[in-house]
Amino acid sequence: MTTDAPAPEALEVVSTGPLATLQDLGRPGLAHIGVGASGAADRGALRLANRLVANPEGAAAIEATLGGLAVRAGREVVVAVTGAPCPVTVDGAAAASHSVVRVPAGAELRLGVPRSGLRSYLAVRGGLAVDPVLGSRATDVLAGLGPDPLTAGTRLPVGPPPERFPCVDLAPVEAPVSGELTLRVVPGPRAEWFTQAALDALLSSAYEVTSESNRVGMRLDGPVLERVRAEELPSEGMVAGALQVPPSGQPTLFLADHPVTGGYPVIAVVASRDVDRAAQARPGQRVRFTASPSRASRHRTY
Amino acid sequence: MRFLRCADHGLLVELADLDEVLALYAALRAEPPPGVTDLVPAARTLLLHLAADADAGGVERAVRAAEPTAGSQGGDELLRVPVVYDGADLDEVAELTGLTRREVVDRHTAAEWTVAFGGFAPGFGYLAGGPPELTVPRRAESRTRVPAGAVGLAGEFSGVYPRESPGGWQLIGRTELPMWQVDRDPPALLRPGVRVRFEEVS
Repeated sequence: MTTDAPAPEALEVVSTGPLATLQDLGRPGLAHIGVGASGAADRGALRLANRLVANPEGAAAIEATLGGLAVRAGREVVVAVTGAPCPVTVDGAAAASHSVVRVPAGAELRLGVPRSGLRSYLAVRGGLAVDPVLGSRATDVLAGLGPDPLTAGTRLPVGPPPERFPCVDLAPVEAPVSGELTLRVVPGPRAEWFTQAALDALLSSAYEVTSESNRVGMRLDGPVLERVRAEELPSEGMVAGALQVPPSGQPTLFLADHPVTGGYPVIAVVASRDVDRAAQARPGQRVRFTASPSRASRHRTY
Repeated sequence: MRFLRCADHGLLVELADLDEVLALYAALRAEPPPGVTDLVPAARTLLLHLAADADAGGVERAVRAAEPTAGSQGGDELLRVPVVYDGADLDEVAELTGLTRREVVDRHTAAEWTVAFGGFAPGFGYLAGGPPELTVPRRAESRTRVPAGAVGLAGEFSGVYPRESPGGWQLIGRTELPMWQVDRDPPALLRPGVRVRFEEVS
């Protein structure tokens, strides 16, 4: 990581909270050499943060987990915080999330603990300009690719500002729910490896997000999903949103840094429009799955 | 050929065997159907990752229409991998296969292997095409630490650990050739389709 950029151009990390990483839209197209896409866990929130400061949507920003992030501006910067809505302060003065915020040179920007949701995104006008790895500045915590997770003292260079200027001050969005979260799933690709009772349980019971959850995936706790086929599944490609069921019968919901391939059957997959919402679920929160009418089923006629 | 949907994220194509997977992969990878962002070959399947606006039905039709190019799994590239055969599991592999240590090494070096697919870690390749006599189970217990460059066997495959990691393969040797370097182009020496010959060095 480029950490020796001249101070006036840099953001300096003061504190990180539980985990703060750099993320962009990742490095798709490299799965054949074992490199997953990675990138922001809540891609919509990253895109929004960048749009607010008129960056390209895929510019690198900070993904903060459960708040606690503080950065000091080496020069005046324009930022936006999206995702899990958290208290934002600039040198102690309250500012708003989901809005365009000016941070004067030398001032400290702080993100408090979000009221709901898990991951907040701090985009800086100009983007965070560390050296890309395989075309991306995203940290893949499973593959160990990209910049190291941020630590206090890390200096982050800021790129040149884009030509366009921010054209909105505020982006009204629905905050992540703090109670039970409902996610739409499509059964398969390996639903037939499970009993009908398992499918029924998946679609009718609540599962709790356990503390064994990270950017790779969320371990869920709920009714055991029993298999009808006991043999080993030859490893196969995995997608974000997959509900993979290991021998314990408790599903894992894969997120951005999921393994490229896996050897346990996937009972169902969270629809892409709900994966961002899944990535905002906190440990302890309850998740319910409902069957999404598959767009696929309409294409089965030929 | 069977198509299994992964919601709107992907299309998992199930095939009869590894040869069919590699033939379809070879047919699609030069010019993937529109909307396909990534191709993941595996032992019996080829996963096509789809962009958010992809037409899954159109992709499925394109895959059905593709003409698998058997025997041309990429290529001409032949990678020679120098190996010191002093792996910790060489005796166990000899015992499991009923061969001598010498015969294990001779068979491993005599074969022309082909990278079938990746997936375990960046730069790791499952090498297929070895002699059936070298088929061995994984170790009953995984090692918590396998060094980078360790050459192993598991099932019908051989492989080289691209970096230090946990692992359950039977280790027969080691190579100094760096399989994965993020700042090299290409970063991975072992890419699907690359042919591999192991050469004994001391």
